[in-house]
Amino acid sequence: MTVHSTSPQFKQNAARALNDHQLQKALGNVKQGFIDKRQMAADKLPEFEALRDAARDIKNHTLEHLDLYLESYEEKVKASGGHVHFARDAAEAREIILGICRETNAKTVTKGKSMISEEIGINHHLEANGITPVETDLGEYIIQLRNELPSHIIAPAVHLNATQVEEDFRRVHTHLDAKRDLSEPVQLLTEARAVLRERFLAADVGVTGANFLVAETGTSIIVTNEGNGDLTQILPKTHIVLASIEKLVPTLEDVSQLLRVLARSATGQEMSVYTTFSTGPRRSTDADGPENYHVVLIDNGRSSMLGTAFEEMLRCIRCGACMNHCPVYHAVGGHAYGWVYPGPMGAVLTPSLIGVDKAGHLPNASTFCGRCESVCPVRIPLPKLMRHWREREFERHLTPATVRSGLQLWGFFAKRPGLYRFATRAAMGALSFAGRQRGRFTWLPMAKGWTKYRDFPAPQGETFQQRWKRERSGRAA
Amino acid sequence: MSATPSSARPAHPRVGLFVTCLVDLMRPSVGFAAVKLLEDAGCVVDAPVQTCCGQPAYNSGDRGTTRDLAMRLIEAFQGYDYVVAPSGSCAGMIKAHYPELFEEDPNWRAKADALAGKTYELISFLVDVLGVTKVGAAFDGAVTYHDSCSGLRELGVKRQPRKLLASVEGLTLVEMKDSDVCCGFGGTFAVKYSDISGAIVEAKAKNIEETQAPTVLAGDLGCLMNMAGKLSRDGRSIQVRHVAEVLAGMTDEPPIGAAKAKAIK
Ligand code: SF4
Repeated sequence: MTVHSTSPQFKQNAARALNDHQLQKALGNVKQGFIDKRQMAADKLPEFEALRDAARDIKNHTLEHLDLYLESYEEKVKASGGHVHFARDAAEAREIILGICRETNAKTVTKGKSMISEEIGINHHLEANGITPVETDLGEYIIQLRNELPSHIIAPAVHLNATQVEEDFRRVHTHLDAKRDLSEPVQLLTEARAVLRERFLAADVGVTGANFLVAETGTSIIVTNEGNGDLTQILPKTHIVLASIEKLVPTLEDVSQLLRVLARSATGQEMSVYTTFSTGPRRSTDADGPENYHVVLIDNGRSSMLGTAFEEMLRCIRCGACMNHCPVYHAVGGHAYGWVYPGPMGAVLTPSLIGVDKAGHLPNASTFCGRCESVCPVRIPLPKLMRHWREREFERHLTPATVRSGLQLWGFFAKRPGLYRFATRAAMGALSFAGRQRGRFTWLPMAKGWTKYRDFPAPQGETFQQRWKRERSGRAA
Repeated sequence: MSATPSSARPAHPRVGLFVTCLVDLMRPSVGFAAVKLLEDAGCVVDAPVQTCCGQPAYNSGDRGTTRDLAMRLIEAFQGYDYVVAPSGSCAGMIKAHYPELFEEDPNWRAKADALAGKTYELISFLVDVLGVTKVGAAFDGAVTYHDSCSGLRELGVKRQPRKLLASVEGLTLVEMKDSDVCCGFGGTFAVKYSDISGAIVEAKAKNIEETQAPTVLAGDLGCLMNMAGKLSRDGRSIQVRHVAEVLAGMTDEPPIGAAKAKAIK
């Protein structure tokens, strides 16, 4: 494990989030914007559904032959003058990155937005070793100032409002005039740009993630909207690409297909503003680019998902659509999930990466409404995979004892129709009689969770099967 | 598996009604509304002895119990032309998930496939299989309709209830915002994660209220109990009913969660 997880406290995290008025307001904005924009983009492209099938197939094919594509990718990177490092886990990845930084005597490292860098907790490791990491994506920059994890995989600071950002800027940018006006979002943006510009110029190493790695060419690709990624990888002497192994894609043609569903699913854009390809270090004929080009390929639990039911999760292209459409995410936000990846994709991936004993709540905290699966561009059956986790928990006796014994009791009756009819007839009769005055209960001993927020409607009294027997027995064929 | 093509469909198909455990226990009138709708459409309806489709166990990760219950249900409903449930969630369980349960058991897998192929959610069965285009019911006033998740996303139930509601005399449908967003029920989720469930149903209740329709309908009793419980807890007098009750013209029973009407004569 790498970054500290509060996933075991999911319920407490959720309760806190539900009572956080500022957060609730910020989440209100997630609900509509992303959803409407994605829908419009999908509606405008008649072949969108077919593209989703193609995207799924490309990723499935790659995962089936991942070893071959990794090999081919490595060869191509080397041929273009770059270096490839394989890291089994987060600790190895951190050491490799630190080693490269030390070789170049790096003091400052600029960073493009990268979820894998959050996963391996590289920032703290660099800081602990006297190197200053600077996030250059605006959202990431803000949460770095606050020492927080991203609350959304494509909009890391979506849980914050402008006033909070203003406070952070005033707290950290103390070299600027204390009386400056920051009341408009654009002023915050301008200030961040100015501060970051100096950082870009001073950086010794630039670290980016990768949306895709292309096996046939050894190219890494990032898509961004701010252009910060380009400056991060072009200006410093050394460029390090961090990517988990499932980012591989066979060909540029495949990438072009995946790009068509990625931005549409994420932000509703046809394409992100910048789609940047980088292949090896600067060539003599290039106008700019890094002298050294390193790729750190990180496994950190992925290869053990291959060949299991959870392999499907490795298709994920991190578009964020599943969380944008998730009623649970809308209610509690990303931090409640307690680790790097929130929402439905986090509910499936996190138990794989940090263990279901720690992250067991996440796949349980779902209504299985299926909206995530209905929008996932690579058609990952997220509810099904969450259910697989529940099955593992049940098998390993991690399911809470109260739930287990309740289920057993219910199962006992449900498997014995005669007894079931007898018992339910008696129970419903009694419940109906007790609730006859108001038609509902405001409190029931067995269902406190239910009656905390809503009444429990009283049953009509006689069961269907009782009445059917009385009225119809022998009548129907 | 697809539906029996209409040419091959018997004139009076034998329908096994799977009432679902919630309807059986909580609101049998929904089951009788389903019987009426099916009989009006020419079906011969039977309700064999039954318990539960196993969904609570399935969603709690208990595959063993689920399989046991599924086998019982498969056997109980073997002899019918169709199996119909007044619930997208339970019909979805049989249609989409039963085959999955028996992946390693070809014998039961075949039986599960056969059952899945002839199982339908009530309203979509009426419209898509039987070709019903209108019902003979009347209902005075505006209603709004919530699309329950499993019916909507596993079975494509969306247009069918709206089509039949449009034929109810005196009824107008007012669409709510986000009618296709979950109500927060999710079976045991509502109890296990009650804080989150409470927040989700609060948003749903707000969307219902904003339509100003005095009645909300849906096709799944779990969601209906959740919404009814929330609306009554908040002191709203919005009436909550299963869509089948309205389509069958059987609205003499008090709405879900309402007191039995006092006999005033
Ligand atoms: S699981 Fe699907 S919808 Fe969610 S982030 Fe990954 S690709 Fe996007």
